Amino acid sequence: MATMKRVPDRSGRFGPFGGRYVPETLIPAVDELETAYRRWRVDAGFKAELKEYLANYVGRPTPLRRADRMSEALGFEVYLKREDLNHTGAHKINNTIGQVLLAKRMQKRRIIAETGAGQHGVATATAASLFGLDAEIFMGEEDVRRQALNVYRMKILGARVIPVKSGTRTLKDATNEAIRDWVTNVRTTFYVIGSVVGPHPYPMMVRDFQAVIGQEARRQVVKASGSLPTHIVACVGGGSNGMGIFYPFRNDPVKLVGIEAAGEGLESGHHAASIAVGEVGVLHGAMSYLLQDEDGQIQPAHSISAGLDYPGVGPEHAYLHKSGRADYYAVTDDEALAAFHQLARWEGIIPALESAHAVAWVIREQASLKQQGARVLINISGRGDKDVDTVFALEQGDQGQ
Amino acid sequence: MSERSGSEAIQAAFMAAKASDRAALISFFTAGFPTLGVLPDLVKAAEDGGADIIEIGIPFSDPLADGPVLQQAASEALAQGTRVQAILDLLGQLPTGIPRVFLTYVNPVLRRGYIPFAAEARDAGMAGAIVPDLPWTESSELARAFQHQGLALIPLVAPTSTDKHMRALKSADGFVYAVSVTGVTGARQGIDGGVEAMVARIRQAVDLPVAIGFGISTPEQARRLGHVADGVIVGSALTQALMAKRANPAQAVYDFLHPMRLALDSR
Repeated sequence: MATMKRVPDRSGRFGPFGGRYVPETLIPAVDELETAYRRWRVDAGFKAELKEYLANYVGRPTPLRRADRMSEALGFEVYLKREDLNHTGAHKINNTIGQVLLAKRMQKRRIIAETGAGQHGVATATAASLFGLDAEIFMGEEDVRRQALNVYRMKILGARVIPVKSGTRTLKDATNEAIRDWVTNVRTTFYVIGSVVGPHPYPMMVRDFQAVIGQEARRQVVKASGSLPTHIVACVGGGSNGMGIFYPFRNDPVKLVGIEAAGEGLESGHHAASIAVGEVGVLHGAMSYLLQDEDGQIQPAHSISAGLDYPGVGPEHAYLHKSGRADYYAVTDDEALAAFHQLARWEGIIPALESAHAVAWVIREQASLKQQGARVLINISGRGDKDVDTVFALEQGDQGQ
Repeated sequence: MSERSGSEAIQAAFMAAKASDRAALISFFTAGFPTLGVLPDLVKAAEDGGADIIEIGIPFSDPLADGPVLQQAASEALAQGTRVQAILDLLGQLPTGIPRVFLTYVNPVLRRGYIPFAAEARDAGMAGAIVPDLPWTESSELARAFQHQGLALIPLVAPTSTDKHMRALKSADGFVYAVSVTGVTGARQGIDGGVEAMVARIRQAVDLPVAIGFGISTPEQARRLGHVADGVIVGSALTQALMAKRANPAQAVYDFLHPMRLALDSR
C-alpha cells in the first residue's frame, strides 16, 4: 500500500478541504496557536507531562480485547477498543487535556469551549479544573434543556455554562458563539475545540491528541491477535474518535470505515450524514462536506445520538473519503438503538449511542464480513450511561403508543 | 451599467466626499429585513439620507462575525424565505445610484460558485463585496473572479492584523474595511483607542480609502471617526433603528442616516 501524503499542508489543507475561513481578527490567533503547538508537541517536557496525565489521570492505555461472545455470534473476530473506560467516560478527554496543557504553556488563563450534548463541555471543564483555569462553556439553549444533568456536571466542576439563544440553539450555534467570544477576547482566551473541525491547526491538533487511541490499539491488537485487523470501524460526527483510531493505521493494509448517523433515514432529510450527501461548503472555519440548502444555508442535523448531531464533518474525513482511503456508511437511529442493546447483552458493555452506530454497521454487514474472514476492530468511543435516560424515555414512549 | 468598473465607482464615491472635505457615509442593511419587498425603498432612503455607499447583506444561517442585532435580522430574513436569487433579481431592477456592495459569508458565495457569483453580482449592478469569513490568505480565487468582472473584493483589517497582512493589501481593490475593535458587529459605547494607529498602518501599506466599521452608533462617533478615516460604516445601530420602527422602515433609515451625514458635513 502506498504511503499517504502528509496532510495537512502548510496552509492547513487536506487536499481541497480544511483551510482557515475565519474573520481577519482571528488569523493572528490561529497563527500563534499553530506556532505554539508545533513548538510544544516536540518538546520533551510537554510530551512527558501529557503522557503522565494520560496514564495516571485519564487512565490510559485503555484496554483492547477480543469480544468473545460477539465474535462467536457473528462468525468472525471482533476486537473492541475501550475508550469508554477513560475518565469522564469517553475519548473526548484525550484532547481536552492536551489542549488545556497547551493553553497553560501559552499562558492563557481563560478557556472557552462549545458543547452539544455536553460531553466535550464536561471534558473541558474537567481539564480546566485540573489545571486551575477558568472555563466558560457555550451550549445551545435547546441542548441546555435536553441535557440538564451534563449542565450540572459542568457546574460542579466549576465551569460557567452560557446558554446560546441564536439560530437553532444547538451545537452549531454554540460553536458560532464560541468563535464570536474568541474574536472578542482573542488576546487572553484559548478556545478548546472538541472535534477535528474548525480552522487550521485544530483538525490536525485534535487528530494528533486523539491519535493515542490508534497508537495503543495498533500495539494491542497485534499483541492480542498476532496481526493487524482487516477493518477498523468508528462512528463519525465531527470525527475525532475516528481520526484518532484511523491515523496510526493510515499506511497499513487495513480498511478504515467511518459510520455517520442516518437518523430517521437518509431519504427522510432528518439525519447527520454529511459525507453521504456529499455537498462541499464552509462552516466553522473549514471547507468540508456539509448539510446545506441550495443557497448554502446550513441545515439542522438529526441523530438519536447528540454527539453525532452536527451538520458538518472534519476536513480530514472529507479528504479520506475523496481519496478513497476510508469508506463511509450511514446507520439509522433504529439500527444504533438495536446495537446498543445487543452489545450490552453480548459483552456486558453499554456503549454510547454514538459508538453503537459503529457496532450496528458491523452487525449489518455480518454476512459480507464473515465471508471475507474479517478481523474487525471497533472503537467504543464512549460509554452509554449518559444515554440510558434517553433510551428509557424513548422506549417508554414506544410502549405508550 | 456604465463602462466604469465597480472598483472605480467605489473610489469615485470616496473622492466626491473628500472633495467636499468630509468622510464618506456607508450604510448597511440586511436584504429581507424587515421584508425583501422594502429593499428598493431602503436603498432610496439611504441615498436621500446622505449615504455614499450602501452595503447590502445577503443573510446567512451562521453569521459568526455578527453580534445579536445582525444575527436577528438575518434569522428573520431567512425565516421569511429570503432567497439569494430573489435578492439578485430585485437589485438588478433598481435604477443606477450610489455604489452598492454585498456583505455576506463565504458559503452562500461558494454554493453558487465564485465565478458565477461574480457575474451575477455585476449583472445586479453591484460594485463589490465584503466577505468577513474569507481572510486574505483564502481569498485569491474569489478576488480573481471579482477582478474579471471589475468588482472589488473589499479586504478587512483588524486591530490584531499583522504586517504581512498589511503588505498583502497592495493587491486589494475598492476600499479597506478597518474593524475598530476585536469583536463582532454591534453598537458600542466607546471606540477602541487604537483606531488611529491602525488607520495609519493601513495608509502606509496601501493607497486605498479606509473606512471604519463595527460599533459606530451615534452622529458624534461618526463625526469624530470622520477625522480619522475616509469613511464610516453604520450597520447594527441602523438595523436597531429599523427594528424599532418596522411600520415605516424607509423613514427609519432616513431618520437615522440624515443626522449622521450632517455630523460628517459639519466636520
